Amino acid sequence: MMNCQQATRLVSEAQERPLSLPETMALKLHLMVCSGCKNFSLQVPFLSQAMKAYGQGGEEESTAADPKK
Amino acid sequence: MDADLNGRPDPDVPDASILSDTVFLTDLRRQMLKFATLQLANPHAAEDAVQEALVGALKNANSFAGRAALKTWMFAILRNKIADTLRHKQRMVDTSSLLHEDDEDEDFSALFDRRGHWHADERPASWGNPHQSLHQNQFWRVFELCLDGLPGNQARVFMMKEFVELDASEVCTAVGITTTNLNVMLHRARLRLRECLENNWFLKGERT
Repeated sequence: MMNCQQATRLVSEAQERPLSLPETMALKLHLMVCSGCKNFSLQVPFLSQAMKAYGQGGEEESTAADPKK
Repeated sequence: MDADLNGRPDPDVPDASILSDTVFLTDLRRQMLKFATLQLANPHAAEDAVQEALVGALKNANSFAGRAALKTWMFAILRNKIADTLRHKQRMVDTSSLLHEDDEDEDFSALFDRRGHWHADERPASWGNPHQSLHQNQFWRVFELCLDGLPGNQARVFMMKEFVELDASEVCTAVGITTTNLNVMLHRARLRLRECLENNWFLKGERT
């Protein structure tokens, strides 16, 4: 079973490239039993959305910072 | 542009209010310059890029509904200009400075035990519905502080990927690193950024 360091690495890399099937399976198994990494896997896409919204006037106009999927 | 930055506030002319808000413009310029300098790793190129974006945007400043719209527009111009420069220029950095800046093992051992599992007090917590935070001024202050807290190389590639929106291979070319280097840097940047946001925002409760 992969450890948390490896799991968070894959979660991060999934933002840059599609994971292979074995990687995806192993990661899913890990996330099922690890709440910390599960939370991390939800936070990483949020970081990306926040970074994209940064500088878009998010400080004063909520419309500009509308998070899209 | 100096004239614009130093203009006196004139409450009778609402259209000009943004241009005479020197605090806002000075702060915006500072933010843009910091971002451009980090991305281009060249103070002169950064000055030029910011100057161009400011002049272009200020010409149309009266058509912006408010500060947020103006800021959005200026950052959009600047971001495009930086993306363009990074895509077309040969790499501009001394890559050796990027690669051994910080010690990877040290970074990870603060978070994970010897078997690679989270230390109990480092395990990521639930953030609930974090998107609400995007509408809160204070969140963006914390976000910027957390970005500032990243080592320069990590902040640079993270913003290049997620804000300038170069793809991974373009980032590698612009910075002169391998995909493996990039993946390690982004992994660490995300771990640090999330930890900082969690400690300074999400676990403190969302403030308005």
